Amino acid sequence: MSEKEIKNLDEIFEQRIARDEKIEPKDWMPEKYRKTHIRQISQHAHSEIVGMLPEGNWITRAPSLRRKVALLAKVQDEAGHGLYLYSACETLGVSREELYDQLHSGKAKYSSIFNYPTITWADIGAIGWLVDGAAIINQVPLCSTSYGPYARAMIRVCKEESFHQRQGFEIMMTLAQGTPEQKEMAQDALNRWWWPSLMMLGPTDAESVHTAQSMKWKLKRKTNDELRQQFIDQTVPQAELIGLTIPDPELKWNEERKSYDFGPIDWDEFWQVVKGHGPCNKIRMEARVGAWEEGEWVRDAAMSYAEKQQNKKTKQAV
Amino acid sequence: MMNKENLIEYIYSIADNSLILGQQLSELCGHGPNLETDIACTNMALDLLGQTRSYYQYVAQLVGANKTEDDIAYLRTERQYKNVLLVEQPSTHFGYVIGRQFLFDVFHLLLLEKLQFSKDETLAAIAKKGIKEVSYHKRFSSDWIKRLGDGTKVSHDKIQEAINHLWPYTEELFDVMPADKEAIECQIGVDAATLKESYVAAVSEIITEATLTLPETKWYQRGGKKGIHTEHMGYLLSDLQYMQRTYPNMKW
Repeated sequence: MSEKEIKNLDEIFEQRIARDEKIEPKDWMPEKYRKTHIRQISQHAHSEIVGMLPEGNWITRAPSLRRKVALLAKVQDEAGHGLYLYSACETLGVSREELYDQLHSGKAKYSSIFNYPTITWADIGAIGWLVDGAAIINQVPLCSTSYGPYARAMIRVCKEESFHQRQGFEIMMTLAQGTPEQKEMAQDALNRWWWPSLMMLGPTDAESVHTAQSMKWKLKRKTNDELRQQFIDQTVPQAELIGLTIPDPELKWNEERKSYDFGPIDWDEFWQVVKGHGPCNKIRMEARVGAWEEGEWVRDAAMSYAEKQQNKKTKQAV
Repeated sequence: MMNKENLIEYIYSIADNSLILGQQLSELCGHGPNLETDIACTNMALDLLGQTRSYYQYVAQLVGANKTEDDIAYLRTERQYKNVLLVEQPSTHFGYVIGRQFLFDVFHLLLLEKLQFSKDETLAAIAKKGIKEVSYHKRFSSDWIKRLGDGTKVSHDKIQEAINHLWPYTEELFDVMPADKEAIECQIGVDAATLKESYVAAVSEIITEATLTLPETKWYQRGGKKGIHTEHMGYLLSDLQYMQRTYPNMKW
């Protein structure tokens, strides 16, 4: 294809995006669009799969049968999200095995929030309320993103996430209204998860390298800082409602902006965790790689059995 | 009308299997050999724990005194759990998970198919609902027995090793305990001993198709139905009961 022809295709493509048309797997797309989408969708899929681990940590110890079943179903939903996000990613011409390789080798990233430990039951509530809450704010705009398979996957993901968020809030509310020990457990969890949740919405706009291009392709509709403000404004009244205190002495309602002002975020901590020095980076990766390696003989058996069955069928047909 | 204590004991002997196997499967969530299998195992855990809740809600109602399903699930001592030893066997590797599941599923389905005609309406209703779920479990585990048995040399050896280990725990499934006798007489319970022939036939069929063999065993392990468990059980209960024991009398 000549340079001029490519330029022409490029223009048509940008016009389609401007008209809010969905781009489908078989449509022509610029290489950079494809790569950026593989990066973001796979990162999202990896986050779902790694995110199963901190919450899975409490399934066997959940305090009641009702909570156990709800948590199990929630973690299973995340596996489901992973599954359809990997499938959406595969439509861009990359295999699930390649994507796993990238995760296992440390080349691909996943959400840093999952590198923090879940040390009490209240952490399960805090993750649902704050982490899923922040995820929804990040993800709702993606339901109308330009790449069709991703947009459609996100519609389903968002529905389930908002259910998880309510469930998490309900765990926190129950604790906050419980005994002094339970309330303390809830407050402690909020103290530990608040700042990492704010960081989850990404680096400040000034430092975000992908924002401009992603806004153009509608892979992003608001900047990280706008999303963070939205999250804070939405969450503070919820904490007040259940009598918990946001661990930020500088948090204050700004009447002029009709928004909360908040204290400085420790970005050093954020970058340290991104670089692999969070409390759980190592054990999360060991768990993922371990499950994959220990499962190899099982996957091999399934392949081999399927081939044998296929051969039998072919023989019968002959 | 059946003696209440015996009825409760009889329900434990069924429900505790669902609780313990559900707990074991739930531990694997997030660690499966691939996403599809992970989701399927979690589904079975959800079914089993759902059945557990129905049985325990019924027990709580029989016990009265404001007892809840959680009191029944979490606040008994190890000797008071009446699950068979088979379901508490550890998940050493995926072959053990599938072997344990298969050997239990075949029995479980035969049991529920009879229990649905129980004169106790609640038990009959729980059984009827469970049949659909457990039919799926049995299909899933049978398919995997075949895949692993007739897959690769490695998988064949691993699943055979698991079956060899687990088979001696199956005989206990058919033991009839004192409480069961009254349940059977009142046509509330199922005579487990009568299920043995169909069980062995069903298991053998799949095992043979999977190119595996059942081990020659002269000695069978039993004890769970009397509340005499293996050493694994204490650890399993420590996890299960941790919150209820550490923070008693709280709402979650």
